[in-house]
Amino acid sequence: MKQEEKKIRKGYDNELRMEFDAISYNEGFARMAVSAFITPLNPTLEEMADVKTAVSEAVTNAVIHGYGNVQGYIPGRMQCPREISSGKVRMYCRIEGDVLFVEIEDDGKGIDNVEQALEPLYTTKPEYERSGMGFAFMEAFMDDLQVLSAPGRGCKVIMEKKLGSIPWLEELE
Amino acid sequence: MEADFQVIDNYLMVKMPAEIDHHQSGAISRRADSFLMQDSIRGIVFDFEDTKFMDSSGIGIIMGRYKKIACLGGKVFAIHADRQIRRILYISGLSKIMEIME
Repeated sequence: MKQEEKKIRKGYDNELRMEFDAISYNEGFARMAVSAFITPLNPTLEEMADVKTAVSEAVTNAVIHGYGNVQGYIPGRMQCPREISSGKVRMYCRIEGDVLFVEIEDDGKGIDNVEQALEPLYTTKPEYERSGMGFAFMEAFMDDLQVLSAPGRGCKVIMEKKLGSIPWLEELE
Repeated sequence: MEADFQVIDNYLMVKMPAEIDHHQSGAISRRADSFLMQDSIRGIVFDFEDTKFMDSSGIGIIMGRYKKIACLGGKVFAIHADRQIRRILYISGLSKIMEIME
């Protein structure tokens, strides 16, 4: 009986796949979905915040840079901005043991130079006050980050993080 | 929840909303700028008391306002920033250009 209980807890695996419109409103929705998805792993508040920030950055990138939907838009409550382009963002999450895998994919315009895009403070949209810290935050808050992209062929961000572990970053004073 | 703006003794107090992301950032920046234009503002104070979440869009808001006010000799402050927001401010290097207070 005891052994069985252990097995169930240890081998907790789960998958989530969703597709949503590339509009700013869905950034909040995506990070809420992920935080609900990882709750059974009992992450610390810090880990929860890390995952939410990283997912928010990746989805924001897809919305703003992939599809060029810079303006904020709430469906049903606001008039749709004229220049909004239709497109979908796909999110795939998987829990394997205590490790979370997240993939966020779009079919937008892609990245010309991935290496340059990963540099902190590098942004192609300074006129919209983008800080250029998106990938830097994803790298800082997750354990592993991979960016697969080519011009005109969309972008896929693959992230990985071990949850329920000791914080690796000392508290900043 | 929307951001709240108030001018006290030539300082613009910006009460930040619960969640700061790309979706909210444009409106906050625009409203803050309208205050910066009309008054002799000497500094901006960002109040993170109610803020539970912030991503790089928040960095964009602060950086943009800093650029505008710094050339007039103004300063930027953050108050009530919780641990996660502090981390974001430190990682992005904003802690070097603004004062983070209790």
